[in-house]
Amino acid sequence: MQDLAESLSLAIALVLSGDADLIEIVALSLRVSLSATMLACVLGLPLGALVAIGRFPGRGAVLVAMNALMGLPPVVVGLLVYLHLSRSGPLGFLGLLYTPTAMIIAQTILITPIVAALARQALEDLHSEYAEQFRSLCLTRMQTVGALLWDGRFTLLTVGLAGFGRAVAEVGAVIIVGGNIDHLTRVMTTAIALETSKGELALALALGIVLLALSFAVNAGVQGLRVSAAARGAHV
Amino acid sequence: MSLKLVPALILMAAPAMAQEGSIIVQSTTSTANSGLYDYLLPMFEEQTGIDVNVVAVGTGQAIQNARNCDGDVLLVHAKPAEEAFVADGFGTERTDLMYNDFIIVGPADDPAGVAGMTDAQDAMTQIAEENAMFASRGDDSGTHKKELALWSDTGVDPAAASGQWYRETGSGMGATLNAGIGMGAYVMTDRATWISFGNKQDYEIAVEDDEDLFNQYGVIPVSSEACPSVNADAAQTFTDWLLSAEGQEAIGAYQVDGQQLFFPNATDSNAPDDNG
Amino acid sequence: MSDLTMDMAGISDAPRPLLPLSVTGLRLSLGGDAVLDGIDLRLTAGGCTVVMGPNGAGKSLLLKALHGLLTPDAGEVSWNGTRAPAATARQALVFQTPVLLRRSAAQNLDFVLRARGGDRGRVVELLDHVGLADKARTPARRLSGGERQRLALARALATDPEVLLLDEPTASLDPASTLAIERIVAEARDRGMRILFVTHDTGQARRMADDVVFLHRGRVAEHAPADRFFPTPSSQPARDFLAGRIVV
Repeated sequence: MQDLAESLSLAIALVLSGDADLIEIVALSLRVSLSATMLACVLGLPLGALVAIGRFPGRGAVLVAMNALMGLPPVVVGLLVYLHLSRSGPLGFLGLLYTPTAMIIAQTILITPIVAALARQALEDLHSEYAEQFRSLCLTRMQTVGALLWDGRFTLLTVGLAGFGRAVAEVGAVIIVGGNIDHLTRVMTTAIALETSKGELALALALGIVLLALSFAVNAGVQGLRVSAAARGAHV
Repeated sequence: MSLKLVPALILMAAPAMAQEGSIIVQSTTSTANSGLYDYLLPMFEEQTGIDVNVVAVGTGQAIQNARNCDGDVLLVHAKPAEEAFVADGFGTERTDLMYNDFIIVGPADDPAGVAGMTDAQDAMTQIAEENAMFASRGDDSGTHKKELALWSDTGVDPAAASGQWYRETGSGMGATLNAGIGMGAYVMTDRATWISFGNKQDYEIAVEDDEDLFNQYGVIPVSSEACPSVNADAAQTFTDWLLSAEGQEAIGAYQVDGQQLFFPNATDSNAPDDNG
Repeated sequence: MSDLTMDMAGISDAPRPLLPLSVTGLRLSLGGDAVLDGIDLRLTAGGCTVVMGPNGAGKSLLLKALHGLLTPDAGEVSWNGTRAPAATARQALVFQTPVLLRRSAAQNLDFVLRARGGDRGRVVELLDHVGLADKARTPARRLSGGERQRLALARALATDPEVLLLDEPTASLDPASTLAIERIVAEARDRGMRILFVTHDTGQARRMADDVVFLHRGRVAEHAPADRFFPTPSSQPARDFLAGRIVV
């Protein structure tokens, strides 16, 4: 408990001091995880919507696969991405290993199934409401997907947040493909892992508190967006 | 999450292009965790303009990464594995860089009664006989290999007691120390990590000053023949600087809590050579 | 379904008119119970046909089968030679409870005009036509029940249908809204649009119908011109229904 109090005051002191290293690490965490979230949404939302409206053979198997992939272990994703991006791997010529881009790729792979599976669930409910009307209007598949994504946008924000939460909190994938290189690929979680391994538990916990605060801030920002949209009646 | 942000974020995600003067060092954790690089690298970067990026992992993983051409310089502490790395054509040349030593740390109440001993094998035998807890890295790292070599001298087979008094964490040095301290186990660690370790609690050094506990670090530039992608010039510049009088002096000058962590021996041909 | 959107078009593009409609031996069962039990029906061009009958007679299902949303177990729906699912895009269906998109009234119309390749400049005109000009920016789901149904009607008209199908569109509306809807539908009929109007409100049927199809237990009990049906219904269920007796 003493550790916790010490960490809390350390976290506050860190934030207040505007420590340049801390700002750099926080900025990289946000950049990597927000980029991965954006990419995962670009890929996963339409995929989820297509599966939500689709009636095709093997759909059950696709659903099981999508849901199972939500549990992808970050370290496995990290290893797979490492093996591809390594200089000796098939994509080694790109020179992406140990860069923020590699971390974005790994996190995108990690959270796209989460975004797709949760979007599928949310949009399937919406589609059951719209389906008959859309068939009457003879909408194409793409028009249906577009309408569902737009009308479900505030629910999908929560889906995106779930993806972001998983991305910003994971350490297993980014530490392998990023290498936790100071001033280059060190993010909040790998910094926490490093301080823990150095036995600097109070500092590690303080960084954890900062990460938690960051997550709160992002979620509060999105919640604010929803509330103001609700006030305008945009998603009644 | 406005869509207008997307292009901006994707731009931000553009690959950080490897600069002409930047290298990756695949390093063992002890040198990184002890803060040595934070001390050395600014001097080197100031002089040469070469950016040094350190990936700190266990020695086994560092060597494997370098074999995959994912590093320009290898800095680890497992001489036979390093020599194999060079013999297989992945490194240009292995050079002794510096040394320190391993120690065995334990709780203040010293359940196995080994405090103050200076013979590592005797102490370890006694730990085994007392069924006192011992936390091992268990991760094929340089430290782990060293520990196994010492066990084999004693004739004790710790693997037979794995999960009982012998606990293999399968983790890095720091994580193993955290775990060992948490369960009241003895832990073999390099001195540099221990001195700079922040979570010692009531732990003290139990065993030290045995020649068998010598810990030699080596440095190897990755071969551009095996790995055409390496930044060979910058890697050689960095290696040469570490081995130069100036680099060696800097290594010797680095202290934590008033204690020297690493002893440069690039030119010391008399250094004991027994870290099988 | 996507291939249909290309030929949704309007009357001008249609190779041949959709009427007459010919329904023969139409059977449809849901959950084992036959709800349409052999419907035979023929409708000619022009006018407003009101489909009446007690609850459970199969009125809504018949409408959806004609529109091509439900596939019959047996029998055939032929819109002048075109099978029902291939004619969907040339019709519009207004549901009893309108399903509106979660966006403004104007955007609801814009979405359909865009999706169906219509003139997006017609949004204002359409809103004005159904008396919602001042609600253009109001979220559709914030509109009153009557306003929502008028918006749904505007959306149906936006697709320039040859046939307009309405499934009890005023069942839960106040009199003013009901009157507004009836006026808009009557006007569409007067412009030549074929109307099929399901209702169980006898007063509304009298106001709207040119002819009446009376359904009972999944069959056509009677099909007659309005001016003959209301004074002298020929079937027993229709006589009971018009007399206000409960028809089982």
